[in-house]
Formats: sequence, structure tokens, C-alpha cells
Amino acid sequence: MQIQVKKFYYGDIPDSGSGSAPSAKQVNPSEEWPLWEVFIRSKQGLDHKHAGSLHAADAEMAIENARDVYTRRQEGISIWVVESKYIHASKPEESGMLYDPAEDKIYRHPTFYDLPDAVKHM
Amino acid sequence: MSVHELEKLFQDKIDQEIKIEPRDWMPEAYRKTNLRQISQHAHSEIVGMLPEGNWIGRAPSLKRKAILLAKVQDEGGHGLYLYSAAETLGFSRDQMIEDLHSGKAKYSSIFNYPSLTWADMGAIGWLVDGAAILNQVMLCRTSYGPYARAMVRICKEESFHQRQGFEILLVLSRGTEAQKAMCQDAINRWWWPSLMMFGPKDSESTNSDQSMKWKIKRKSNDELRQQFVDMIAEQVKVLGMTLPDPDLVWNESRKHYDFGEINWEEFWNVVKGNGPCNKQRLEARRKAHDNGAWVREAASAYAAKKAARRKTVAA
Ligand SMILES: [Fe+2]
Ligand SMILES: [Fe+2]
Repeated sequence: MQIQVKKFYYGDIPDSGSGSAPSAKQVNPSEEWPLWEVFIRSKQGLDHKHAGSLHAADAEMAIENARDVYTRRQEGISIWVVESKYIHASKPEESGMLYDPAEDKIYRHPTFYDLPDAVKHM
Repeated sequence: MSVHELEKLFQDKIDQEIKIEPRDWMPEAYRKTNLRQISQHAHSEIVGMLPEGNWIGRAPSLKRKAILLAKVQDEGGHGLYLYSAAETLGFSRDQMIEDLHSGKAKYSSIFNYPSLTWADMGAIGWLVDGAAILNQVMLCRTSYGPYARAMVRICKEESFHQRQGFEILLVLSRGTEAQKAMCQDAINRWWWPSLMMFGPKDSESTNSDQSMKWKIKRKSNDELRQQFVDMIAEQVKVLGMTLPDPDLVWNESRKHYDFGEINWEEFWNVVKGNGPCNKQRLEARRKAHDNGAWVREAASAYAAKKAARRKTVAA
């Protein structure tokens, strides 16, 4: 199927008919600073949560940059950064195999058990 | 699975409001449209720093300088969130920057208008950020996960932008005759370009509504524009100012404001690169990038040196 989206929506200017310069220089992506994933603890006692990603030459710079972009409004008190290439992820194609087996095990939830109202604090 | 089946599964997910994530299968045109839209959006945030950055040193008080600096810094952050979202579609950041600087990639035409007076900082915050917010609030529910998450973050930061802009104009509107005149002049110049931000009229476009079917977009240009006109036409009364449109009138039967015809010739001209500041903006971007080259190189060299030193210590 060849779908061409040409409609000119707010914030999406199509390549054709908008006077784009035709070709640009190809950049070598391997010369880019590495990509880092940023995790922020918003408050003492809470987990670090994924906030976003950024490029930096090293870990120290990644933390400094993360401070500047992700904690400008006191969103964090602690920052973790990890180079994106070290993150291993499960595959979306395998999600059925991995997560469906939990679907029919409703006895793992407390609501499965029907107890008389007389039983308190349980 | 055949491509046809994959496409059906994909559309089912969209119809059930399940977000699409980077590693999920997606039609090539969906990837391309998102990539183009998100990177253009990122470029707009970055180029959008220029007309306002231009006024930081000239803002009338320390308070106004600090506010404007914070706003411009926010816009830089918005650019970063969006570039990151675009990168999840498999396109390098440096290539996006290169495409912006070479003129291949587009950004919002509004930033090709000059910011001539202090009142323009008010008009930009109120009208330009105001128009952008309507688009961005809608995009918080867009179907591509990383784009939607970037938008949620951005929307949280945007509301101060519009409020500080309106407040600048409010102060001017209560000032001297010269300040009032400056306020009205800025509104006059920014009103029509702000309306153009929403893009061509829906009737102009005969192409398919694929972006709507894929829920990248959820409202048409005209819907968003009408929402904007209705909002601003009321707010301008608080300023005691007027919008430069003799046809602007409340339509009781439609329950909306009617408004005059946009100059589409001007619109296409600016899109195609012939606006008042297109050249200047790209030059400023290129210059900033080129002048920063030694900083990037130094940071890389320093990181390499530190890594080498760690190795010798470990050995
Ligand atoms: Fe922004
Ligand atoms: Fe903004």
C-alpha cells in the first residue's frame, strides 16, 4: 500500500509545494554524541522515573544537561543517566507469549476471594 | 503476517486508542508523517527562540529579563523533547539539524516575522504561544506515544508563556498614550500571522484525511482556528484594544465569531521562504551552530581524555 500524506495540517508542512531545498548533506550518525536515557526521582522516597533522553559527550555532561532540561521547575532531587545502548528491551512481537499467561490467573488478586462481611481487617 | 494484516492490526489499535510505541510495527507513511511533523515542530521551537532571544537584553526590567530568559530556555527544552521523540523513529539528531540549516526542513512560518518593539514580546506570548497551545493540547492525545508524552510535558510549561505575554500587554494597555499605541500596533501586526499558523482552510485541501484516521491529528485547521478566534476576541476586550479585522463579529446562530479572509498569498510566500526574516533566521541558526563547533569538539575531546584516564587507573 502506497499512502502519501499531503494534507497541510497545522504544524505539518508537506515536502512538496512548500519550496523545500531538494537535498541536504548526509551526516554521519556515528559522529554524534551518544544518546542517554534520563531517570528522575521527583521526591525522596519515590522511584526514579524515565523522563526522556538527550545527547551528551559523557555521563557528567548528561547529568548536567538533564538538570537543565528536566528539573527547571523543581521536578527532581536526583538524576540517573544511562547510555541508551545499554538498555535491553522485550520485543513487542513477544508480548503475547510474555504477558498473556497472567491474564487468567485472577486468583492472584484479593478480590477473587468471597468472604463474609463479618471478617474484619482482611 | 502479510502487510495487509499488519495494517489492519495497526488501525485496530489506533481505533481502540492504544498508543503506538517506537518498536511497534507501523506503516511507512505513518512513520514518515510523524517524523516530518515532529521534527518540524522541534525546529519551530528552536527557531522560535530567535525573535524573543533578540529582546532579552532589552527587556525593560530585571524581572522582565528573567521571565523572558526563562521562557526562551523553555522553548529550547521543548525543542529537545521533540527532537528526542523524532529520533525514536530512526532518524539522527545531527541529520535533522543539518536539514534545518540547509533549508530542506520546514518550521512554523510565524517565526519569519520580525519582533520590532517590546510590545511584540507580549503579542508573541499571548497570540503565538496561544495559537501553539491549542495545537499542542490536541497533540497530547496524538497516537504516537513519544510525541504525546513530549506534548504533555510541553503543555505543562506553556501556560506561563501565554500568561506572561498577556500580562505584558495588560501593563502597556494601562500605561501612557505611547505605550497604548505600541500595544495596539503589536496586536495589529501579529494578529493575521497568528491566524495563518493554523494552516490552509480545510476546503483548500482535497487530499485524504490520513492524519485524522491515524489520530496523529484530531482537529482540523479550521476548527482550531475558530477556537482561537473565539478565545482571543473575548480576551482582547480586557486589554481595551481591538483586533485589526473589520469583519470580526459575533454570529449568534453559529455561536462563534465570524472573521475576515486571510491573505493566503502572503501565507504561501512566507512558507516558500520569502517572508520578512526567513533568511535572517536561518543565518542566525547556522552561525550559532558553527560558532559552537569548537565547544562540541572540546567536550568530545575532554570526554575521551577522561575515559582514557579511567582505563589507565583501572589497569
Ligand atoms: Fe514551546
Ligand atoms: Fe512557548
